Amino acid sequence: MLKELESKLKAIDQELEHMADNSHSPAQVLMRRQLERNRKELLEAIAKSLTPADRVYLARHPKRPGVRDYISYLFTDFLELKGDRGCKEDESILGGPAFYKGIPVTVIGQCKGRNLEENLKYNFGMPGPEGYRKVIRLARQAEKFDRPIITFIDTPGAYPGLEAEERGQGEAIAGCLSVLSDIRVPVIAIVIGEGGSGGALALGVANTIIMLENSIFSVLSPEGFASILWKDSSRSDEACELMKLTAGDLLDFGIIDYVIKEPPGGAHRDPGQVFQDVAILLEQEIRKLTAVGKEELTDARYKKYREMGKL
Amino acid sequence: MNPFKERKEHLFTLKTMQRKGKQVKKVKKQEQISESLLVNCPKCTNSYSKATLSKLYYVCPNCGYHYKISAFRRIKLIADPESFVEMNRFLTGNNPLSFPGYREKLNVLQDETGLVESVITGTATIKKIKAVIAVLDSRFLMGSMGVAVGEKITRAVEYAAEEKLPLIIFSASGGARMQEGIFSLMQMAKTSAAIQRHGKKGLLYISVLTNPTTGGVTASFASLGDIILAEPGALIGFAGPRVIEQTIKQKLPEGFQSAEYLLEHGFIDKIVERKECRDILALILQLHEKRNEITC
Repeated sequence: MLKELESKLKAIDQELEHMADNSHSPAQVLMRRQLERNRKELLEAIAKSLTPADRVYLARHPKRPGVRDYISYLFTDFLELKGDRGCKEDESILGGPAFYKGIPVTVIGQCKGRNLEENLKYNFGMPGPEGYRKVIRLARQAEKFDRPIITFIDTPGAYPGLEAEERGQGEAIAGCLSVLSDIRVPVIAIVIGEGGSGGALALGVANTIIMLENSIFSVLSPEGFASILWKDSSRSDEACELMKLTAGDLLDFGIIDYVIKEPPGGAHRDPGQVFQDVAILLEQEIRKLTAVGKEELTDARYKKYREMGKL
Repeated sequence: MNPFKERKEHLFTLKTMQRKGKQVKKVKKQEQISESLLVNCPKCTNSYSKATLSKLYYVCPNCGYHYKISAFRRIKLIADPESFVEMNRFLTGNNPLSFPGYREKLNVLQDETGLVESVITGTATIKKIKAVIAVLDSRFLMGSMGVAVGEKITRAVEYAAEEKLPLIIFSASGGARMQEGIFSLMQMAKTSAAIQRHGKKGLLYISVLTNPTTGGVTASFASLGDIILAEPGALIGFAGPRVIEQTIKQKLPEGFQSAEYLLEHGFIDKIVERKECRDILALILQLHEKRNEITC
């Protein structure tokens, strides 16, 4: 359904582009207006009819704004720091200090590529143990210099590869969970695209968890879920329904704290609006959390996870 | 405690006892037959009677294969006789995603295994040293971690922190429980945070990895031990071998993700045969007793 509407939209966009060169006659101006109206209606129809599977599609959209886009809009003087100090540099994790409205913060995020070349560089947004150990290193550094940590989550999951296993993927993720759980600075996590499995949660132990409307956060990818439960990864659409992985579901469950609305058709249709909304929320949360005592901060974080799915 | 919850737990106890009553008879019959029946070793295909195996700690005398054993048998093998006191036995989870057929599946497993969930927690002494113990049981939904499992482990860890007791967790798990979705995932954060707090008090945590330990359990409490032990030949990893093969599109080398492989790569401290486990655990506990408690 969504893909159908999207292709119609694309056709209109192409037509509009084509008209842009020679659209001076009154008839053409009228036609142009009509097309623009159709376009708006289509976008609204898309926004209204989104199924969980559609949201998964939007969360993975190649044009969806990634961590680099957020960093360049939200922060100034971002200084990228590299390496885990143990084995190698993992490009799928991007991080370092920056200013947020004059306040020094540490930013850590997962990178995905927009084309094949970038995707190879960022390993399709799937970090290895070195990436997670870089997270631990940067988080400890943030704690030392008393900088709030802001994480951007966007990964299908941790990389399931031979070398990743050899170098302790599980241990590295577990390390992130335990370090972030009691770090003595505020942690704010924002799910901007895919939040897949333990590989996403490793950046998701936070005082405040924010999700974009069409981002997802789940125990496993819908394909993996279908493959484990029904031995059939093609039933992923069914899995999307069952898994309750949308921002709205997770807000209802009390797992996350805020949902940021996206423009009709997804964040990539008007990134500026999304960045602005993120900026407002981020400022509110940074102000709120930096006013809290350190002990209270870690206790609140502990309590937050302690009460998820309370029995 | 809230009286409604207490009542609910009481009713649940009665229900499981009723079910178990039926079950006990069935199991006994089966056991009488199976005592004399031969069991094939999955590795070397030699066969032994169950009676022989039980004397041998359920380890194949020919090839050393460690059979999967139940949580209760595990506790019997390591704890001082009669010392185990179970905690939160009847704690169960809900069906937070309203996953079709999940409740029924749990009921069937409860009947079949006599377990209420896939982990047993409690306190016991090992050579007279008291410790909090949690043991996962792979017969119950692959030892997977849902809310109840995460909660039982967290309560056990918090109890250990409160009472200043060392902690031992035997893992055997396929990871996070799919049927409870995101709630299962969050148990990774919850249990890891509890372990971190226990550790900050200067208390000891021994993690023992048994066959299999994978997924969200490997990526949380199982990897956070001050000392990490493993049983010989146990499969230990984050991603399952099938997923890795599909990703990298090649066959995995022999022994990949085995306990021996992890030892070689620096992720565990020691491989411990089942028959030595009690002695090794006791030694580690003794080495970590508080100095002022040692009498010369």
